[in-house]
Amino acid sequence: MLDLSAALSTAAALVIGLDPQMLAIVRLSLLVSGSAVLLAALIGLPLGAALALAAFPGRGVLVVMINACMGLPPVVVGLAIYLLLSRAGPLGQFGLLFTPSAMVVAQTILVLPIVAALSRQVVADLWGEYGEQLRSLGASRPGVVATLLWDGRFSLLTAILAGFGRACAEVGAVMIVGGNISGVTRTMTTAIALETSKGDLPLALGLGIILIGLVIAVNAAVFLVGQAARRRMG
Amino acid sequence: MLKRILLLAALLLSTGAIAEERFITVASTTSTDQSGLFGALLPAFQRDSGIAVRVVAVGTGQALRLGERGDADALLVHDRAGEDKFVAGGFGLDRRDVMYNDFVVVGPSSDPVGIKGLGNVTEAFKRIAAAKAPFASRGDDSGTNRSELRIWKSAGADLKADGIGWYRELGSGMGATLNTAAGMGAYALTDRGTWASFKNRQSLVILVEGDKALFNPYGSILVNPVLHSGIKAADALVWHHWLTGPKGQAAIAGFKIDGEQLFFPDAK
Amino acid sequence: MMSEIDSILPLELDGIGFGVQGRALLGGIGLRLEAGSRTIVLGPNGAGKSLLLRICHGLLAPTEGSLRWGGAGRPLPDQVVRRRQAMVFQRPVLLRRSALANIRYVLGLIGLPRRQRQTVAMEALDRFGLAELAGRPARVLSGGEQQRLALARAWVVEPDVLFLDEPTSSLDPAATLAVEMAIHEFHAAGAKIVMTTHDLGQARRLADEVVFLSRGRLVEVSSASRFFKGPATPQARAFLAGELVC
Repeated sequence: MLDLSAALSTAAALVIGLDPQMLAIVRLSLLVSGSAVLLAALIGLPLGAALALAAFPGRGVLVVMINACMGLPPVVVGLAIYLLLSRAGPLGQFGLLFTPSAMVVAQTILVLPIVAALSRQVVADLWGEYGEQLRSLGASRPGVVATLLWDGRFSLLTAILAGFGRACAEVGAVMIVGGNISGVTRTMTTAIALETSKGDLPLALGLGIILIGLVIAVNAAVFLVGQAARRRMG
Repeated sequence: MLKRILLLAALLLSTGAIAEERFITVASTTSTDQSGLFGALLPAFQRDSGIAVRVVAVGTGQALRLGERGDADALLVHDRAGEDKFVAGGFGLDRRDVMYNDFVVVGPSSDPVGIKGLGNVTEAFKRIAAAKAPFASRGDDSGTNRSELRIWKSAGADLKADGIGWYRELGSGMGATLNTAAGMGAYALTDRGTWASFKNRQSLVILVEGDKALFNPYGSILVNPVLHSGIKAADALVWHHWLTGPKGQAAIAGFKIDGEQLFFPDAK
Repeated sequence: MMSEIDSILPLELDGIGFGVQGRALLGGIGLRLEAGSRTIVLGPNGAGKSLLLRICHGLLAPTEGSLRWGGAGRPLPDQVVRRRQAMVFQRPVLLRRSALANIRYVLGLIGLPRRQRQTVAMEALDRFGLAELAGRPARVLSGGEQQRLALARAWVVEPDVLFLDEPTSSLDPAATLAVEMAIHEFHAAGAKIVMTTHDLGQARRLADEVVFLSRGRLVEVSSASRFFKGPATPQARAFLAGELVC
């Protein structure tokens, strides 16, 4: 338990000291995961809604695939993106490997199935409740999608938070496509992995505590905003 | 709406290009990175040349493969046989000696097999194999791993047949392997640099050192720019020359942890 | 309102049937619903009343027979037909936003210019006694208020025909009365009313015409006065007697 108390005091020292290097790492983590979640939401919410509402051959297969992809191993995604972005790969000429952009792409792919699968469920449930009424009002398809996404916003927020949690926590994908380059692509999780391998367990655990604290803070903020909005909107 | 999304996506993707600085990518090994050597070298190099170096620290085997795919501009690795093969295969150019350090055998201070103070690492490995004492191997095709396997070979140990139960292939980096060795009281081979900066030693101590077979030379190689587009050959050359030139060599000699010099420059 | 010359009515049903997996729930319905009057659909549970309403409103496609709006020789575009009818359900489905925004939403759907929506929506709320609640989340209103909001939402569509499916079955007497008043307003404005109910008292108060269904069949169509005085068919007689005993 010595380690744990050492970790706590290390975490406290890092936070109180506002270590600039650590702030840069935190900033990059939030930027990368936040961007990935934003992109995944922009694609995943309409995709989930479309899957909930549209009937087309192969929909069932697609739904199963997307649900299964919620469990995609980050390392595999990282490897696939690496092969694409490598100078020897098809997208090599863009020079994205070992940049934050590559990390955003990898995390977007990790988060997208979560957002799409959960929003499909939310929208399908809402459609069961709203379907007749909206059809009676003569809402168009795109209108229905927009309405259901908006009315499901509190549940969808949870789906997005689940995606954010996954993005923040994963290390396998960003390690491979980012390269854990100090000051360029080092995030909270890759820094934790690095400190662990250097045997500096208190520092690794301290960073872990900060990461958990950040994730809790983001979730609490969203929860409070959601509560206030829910109280106003029912 | 679609336009706005595309614009946003483009904006996000461009975050990678915020730093419009001049840089090269060097694939190197965890042992050099984790010792803190780069922290001492890179700022000095950037001052001299205006070029930043982004270090991707992986095992030597993986570093060589990154080079083969053109994902690094230069390499700093430690597996002479692998390096020569890399150059012979046309992937790399102008392999140069940079520095060396050495490997040490670490193990629990109680040293149940009694190898402490042996000047011959092959003999030490023979005793470990005979006693079937737990040994933690990186098992990750790194330079250290390749060196370790060479010593086992000269010790005449057939790990596949006799290693069961005590020879643990971890498939991890040096630090993670030391963490595991410390946790289970196992022997392990490590480079001195990683050992010097490793904090979670618990009961581990150095038991064998100084044998010639533990010599660990590092080489700098330029990635052949002909094979892939986008390789920053000119800037990589500046780095290659600096590292093997007087300024780089002096910086390597000047890097110390707790007053101990970890790497010894030996460029010709 | 309802100032357009043409109504999409009458609605003619010819041999309408509806089955699910070979089981017929409605069959052989032939019926003509005229503009203006109030038609109450009566019948025991499971007679197919709600089903009939949904088919008329276009929420379900009949598996047999055909349905024609506008009468013979006056084909109407689907879009016009859709736009000029509304339905109020047993349990109103309101969007998770304010009462006012619920109305504005519909005004958006029917293409009213944005700057007029606020005024029109407030007028509708005021008409059904909901002006005070305009800013409240629709989902936290009482059952009666929610149903009145659903009526206000139907009102702004200016429907030629309003379908109501058991609109008061879960409301207390005061709220029921408010809904009945609202139905009067629609009727007074010229809308055709087609409504199902379990409440015979309500049927007597509102009906101009009664359509009586039993076991998926149309049994009797007659004027309200005739129906309540003495139904022509034994099923309807039994229904009235049974209901009165309860």
